[in-house]
Amino acid sequence: MGALAIRNIHKTYNDTVHILKGIDLEIEAGEFLILVGPSGCGKSTLLSMIAGLDHPTSGSIHIGERDVTNLPSKDRDIAMVFQSYALYPNMTVAQNIAFGLEIRKVPKAERQAAVDRVSAMLQIGHLLDRKPGQLSGGQRQRVAMGRALARDPKLFLFDEPLSNLDAKLRVEMRAEIKLLHQRTKTTTVYVTHDQVEAMTLGDRIAVMKDGLVQQFGTPAQIYNRPANRFVAEFIGSPAMNMVDAQRTGEALTAHGVELAITDAQRAAVQAHGSAELVYGLRPESISFAATGLPGTLSMIEPTGPETYATVDTPAGQLTARVPGVLQAAVGDAVHLQWQADQSHLFDRASGVRVG
Amino acid sequence: MNRLNVHRLILWAMLLLFAAWFLVPLYVMLTTSLKDAEQLRAGNLLSLPTAPTLDAWFKAWDSACTGVQCEGLKPYFWNSMVMVVPAVLLSTLIGSLNGYVLSKWKFRGSETLFAFMLFGVFMPMQVVLLPMSQVLGWLGVASSIWGLMLVHVVAGIPSTTLFFRNYYIGLPDELIKAAQLDGAGFWMIFRRIVLPLSLPILVVTLIWQFTNIWNDFLYGVVFSGADSKPITVGLNNLANTSSAVKEYNVDMAAALIAALPTLFVYVVAGKYFVRGLTAGAVKG
Repeated sequence: MGALAIRNIHKTYNDTVHILKGIDLEIEAGEFLILVGPSGCGKSTLLSMIAGLDHPTSGSIHIGERDVTNLPSKDRDIAMVFQSYALYPNMTVAQNIAFGLEIRKVPKAERQAAVDRVSAMLQIGHLLDRKPGQLSGGQRQRVAMGRALARDPKLFLFDEPLSNLDAKLRVEMRAEIKLLHQRTKTTTVYVTHDQVEAMTLGDRIAVMKDGLVQQFGTPAQIYNRPANRFVAEFIGSPAMNMVDAQRTGEALTAHGVELAITDAQRAAVQAHGSAELVYGLRPESISFAATGLPGTLSMIEPTGPETYATVDTPAGQLTARVPGVLQAAVGDAVHLQWQADQSHLFDRASGVRVG
Repeated sequence: MNRLNVHRLILWAMLLLFAAWFLVPLYVMLTTSLKDAEQLRAGNLLSLPTAPTLDAWFKAWDSACTGVQCEGLKPYFWNSMVMVVPAVLLSTLIGSLNGYVLSKWKFRGSETLFAFMLFGVFMPMQVVLLPMSQVLGWLGVASSIWGLMLVHVVAGIPSTTLFFRNYYIGLPDELIKAAQLDGAGFWMIFRRIVLPLSLPILVVTLIWQFTNIWNDFLYGVVFSGADSKPITVGLNNLANTSSAVKEYNVDMAAALIAALPTLFVYVVAGKYFVRGLTAGAVKG
């Protein structure tokens, strides 16, 4: 039995709006679970249910050995970091951190020890006497984490904790959250819409859309073998190139261009019923070469360490992600090459992975 | 002198004119209350008192006649105090609890309930006179200070609820959720989180309720008994009791005595009043 198990959770509002349509997830103690998806996919609702702030229409939630589906939040032994941090404006940082312990009637000396412990861990010792209104965004974020850490909970919940920070601070705090998790090894559920956060932080990622888990796996599984077209396009930046392709006999073609596939893929395509497919290629799988698919450079986006190059080819527009600076100009004739085993095949109608 | 200065001058002149317009009655009241009977007979309304005296004030306080009894405003003043203070505190407390529930613990039908309460804000006072006296009779508190207090508490709840509900809507819901996760319940969250954040609206409501209840005449005259009349009724009786000579100085002093407590409350807490009315959401 895992540290957190979610069994067949459904949620309907007013008998008409189906927010969650049967969610099953299970993670082991110490794992970092990411719930990621576009807005409206139900990830925050699911987190609220784990927190006990919302209740499923059917299904059950287990933390450790306990069925907590109908337990109030305070009896679940969890702590949560909110998007707006939700620090109590009328209390000092120290009081904010100790509030949960105070409510639980922990003796004063122990409370003080907990405040000292987390403030040392998060380097907020010098802020303890300030009110939240006097803190910067990053400091508030730290205090919110400190408040959650103070109780030493079984389960840590994060609700888009970095989305209110500017880009630089976001990267810093992301690293801090990762370090914190490596040190405390507290089981964590983290909601985000940012696929970079999902990939960098998660031990396990659940990609959600329309109230369903599209794929549940490790970051490597999600990235290297996306279960369907949605996951393939949602994870990765720039997004995966998608080319509409047809099966013609043994081969796979797009606008008359034959696309490279492996023998295993060829067998899968033959076994698959439909001839209408989508051929996916990650931008970093494509490289420039002397021969290969001809095309014309239509846009060049240098980022410094690498360059995104958009190329018009007979098969369609493809984006390549090449290291360093590209020595070429818009309008140049180029050739693109990639390995057949780097490609992903999806059914065009259903989006499901074929091979 | 350039155009800007001309505009400034006109602006200042207008402001001073309006200020004077509003302050003249107060000036007349204050000076008249300090004059003696002889100077009153001279009939110059705007003149300064030649021999300022507090006699009229003392008389208004404890010996002017209000009908058959001649004890001044003193008994009425204490009636009002005894009635107003608990009525203000109770209606404010209930309003803040209502606002807390209607904004942070919504339930099926809570919005409808709030709409009905809003209706109460706009209900004319006269409508409730007869049914209310009936109810007070059933409860056995008709014609008593307690009955009057109850009426004011009930009549105040719609507006105090409205104030607090609208203020609490601005408090982030996540604060309440965070406190729930920290293990706090309904009352603990109210006492430790919500109430400490309510100071501006608390002051607004206290001033509002104090002014309304202290200045109320209609409920006071209808629901009070012989020995539980509030100060507004006392003032009315004092001014309407006819004697040979109309003692304007005593009337003015009495009116000022009746107005002093609300003035005092506003001076002490007025800056919070303006701040509270304009306060937006509490920033965390």
